[in-house]
Amino acid sequence: MLQFLQLVASGIAQGCIYGLIALGFVLIYKATETINFAQGDLMMLGGFLGLTGTLAMGLPFWAAFAAALVVMLFFGMALERVVLRPLLGQPAFTVVMVTIGVGYLARGLVTMIPEWGTDTHVLPVPYKDQIVSIGGNGTEGGLIMSMEHVVVIAVTALLIVALYLLFKHTKIGIAMQATSQNQLAAFYMGIPVRRINMLVWGISAAVSACAGLLLAPITFVHANMGFIGLKAFPAAVVGGFGSIPGALVGGLIIGVVETLAGFYLPEGFKDIAAYIVVLIMLAVKPNGLFGENLRKKV
Amino acid sequence: MRFLFKTHYNQDVRLFKHGGQVFWYGALMLALIAAPWLLPDYWVSQLVFIWIYSIAGIGLMILVGFTGQVSLGHAAFLAMGAYTEAYLQQLGWPFAISLAFSALVAGITGIIVGLPALRVKGMYLAIATLAFGFIVEEGIARAEHITGGNAGKMLGSLEVFGLPIDSDQRFYYLVLVILVLVVLGVMNLLRSPTGRAFVAIRDSEISAQSMGINLARYKTTAFALSAAIAGIAGALYAHKLRYLSPDQFTFLQSIELLIILVIGGVGSIYGAIFGAAFWIVVQQLIVLAKDWLPPAIGQQTGLQPTIFGLILVTFVLFEPMGLYGRWLKIRTFFQLFPFYRKGMFRRQKSYMKSERMK
Repeated sequence: MLQFLQLVASGIAQGCIYGLIALGFVLIYKATETINFAQGDLMMLGGFLGLTGTLAMGLPFWAAFAAALVVMLFFGMALERVVLRPLLGQPAFTVVMVTIGVGYLARGLVTMIPEWGTDTHVLPVPYKDQIVSIGGNGTEGGLIMSMEHVVVIAVTALLIVALYLLFKHTKIGIAMQATSQNQLAAFYMGIPVRRINMLVWGISAAVSACAGLLLAPITFVHANMGFIGLKAFPAAVVGGFGSIPGALVGGLIIGVVETLAGFYLPEGFKDIAAYIVVLIMLAVKPNGLFGENLRKKV
Repeated sequence: MRFLFKTHYNQDVRLFKHGGQVFWYGALMLALIAAPWLLPDYWVSQLVFIWIYSIAGIGLMILVGFTGQVSLGHAAFLAMGAYTEAYLQQLGWPFAISLAFSALVAGITGIIVGLPALRVKGMYLAIATLAFGFIVEEGIARAEHITGGNAGKMLGSLEVFGLPIDSDQRFYYLVLVILVLVVLGVMNLLRSPTGRAFVAIRDSEISAQSMGINLARYKTTAFALSAAIAGIAGALYAHKLRYLSPDQFTFLQSIELLIILVIGGVGSIYGAIFGAAFWIVVQQLIVLAKDWLPPAIGQQTGLQPTIFGLILVTFVLFEPMGLYGRWLKIRTFFQLFPFYRKGMFRRQKSYMKSERMK
């Protein structure tokens, strides 16, 4: 039983990462109805920025963390302005292809930057190798979690609260909600839709950078770490593609299922567990757990 | 300018609209037949790759370009075809039958994948195919008694109707014949009611449905045909490489096929062939460029993805109709010579079309 809980706990930590990347997808999808295939690569860039911040510039970890988020915020906004905005109104397939191209570009260019390169890097964090035990007496009999996992869960929770406050209580957040519900109506109400879209891309990039920085101590930082983003698609679909809480819940489900599958099922199931779950979900309830079930009218 | 003076209804149905087309396609055919004698072996072998990618691209084009369904897992169908061919050849089946069987197996898999397409669409479908692609990739690695697993599988030498295909030249002709057959088949398919139904579904599902098109049936057909053609390409790919392993049929391979379509121009058969040719040539050019570029740039492993990404982004942003679109523009320019206007092919500005259910 304890072992099961232990697995669930690490599954939740892994799921938080998927959830954060999925959150990035969902933010963009809700606002602009495009799917960003470069989300995982934005996450990778975040990881590398954290690396530069701590190692090359000598900032304390959390300062580097914040700096990376800010840089990625602006990077996301620039990306929208330069690449995505000319494609406004084009079919979804076109935009998907351009984000795939951006992903290739990011993966290629990162390996050319001298300090980054093709190697795997370790991101030094202040909470490395610490262990937290929950329940039980002291170190025995309780649920043992590594500090990295605890930080992942805590930061994710903080981020969710911050985003919730942003969307609920600030003017910009409400404008974003309006834009995502009906662009034309929002535009008529005087909301600068294009600027809002730009901001959404920025926030989405920052959220995935956050995922990258949290993941970095658990795995490593390298140019192909973005491929983990492919597992966030199932997470987003399971939660219902247009729903923010759904993305997180979907991420947790995928994370836990994957960890359990890795332990209890034969080898090989761990890698495809997420995809089996999403196929089942699409067959049973295509709109996901939190998706809106509406029909298109002519 | 050329004016077609139509005196008979059959002229509308003809594959070649006028004598100029007969002449140029005839010349192209002669050039392709002569190519193995004129070109060095290495380039003949690259041409074979172009034909194989063209076949796979045409298969995907049926789905993406003509039916409007996105597939992010097409490498899985290639893999199905390739491994079926390898397995059947091992059992000693003749090539003609095993090739047909590879297409059949891939096609049936296509129907299975197409089934979720009846319920979900757009990006959900894309993610379903992506999931399927990963599952097939893992399945191949695990089914060791059939596929050889991660250790890979070797193929024996090929023999068609008793004729051993032992040189690059012979294999070139085999693939060329199959490519021509596939192109003619798909061209005729697109003129048939089935093909028209595909295009109608692509342009508007709702209006297609109101015209009495059975969406479920035609979408499944599109998936099956697309997968079957990809299966043929996979079987040829297997014989070209003579060695199969699961890491040849990854997600990136599926994406590569999509990139080929986008570069070539989505929505025409030419697009698939132009795209495949461009893709292979660029890869060769990168290999050549590595030698004369300064080592600081040339030896970078990231060079290839960077160039691919750059090409893809540039095409989507500045040449959305792809190479075929560029060719159309050039042709129109000369056809209309003094009267070509700059904005003729300009993208129309439009509001964002929502696919969201309202």
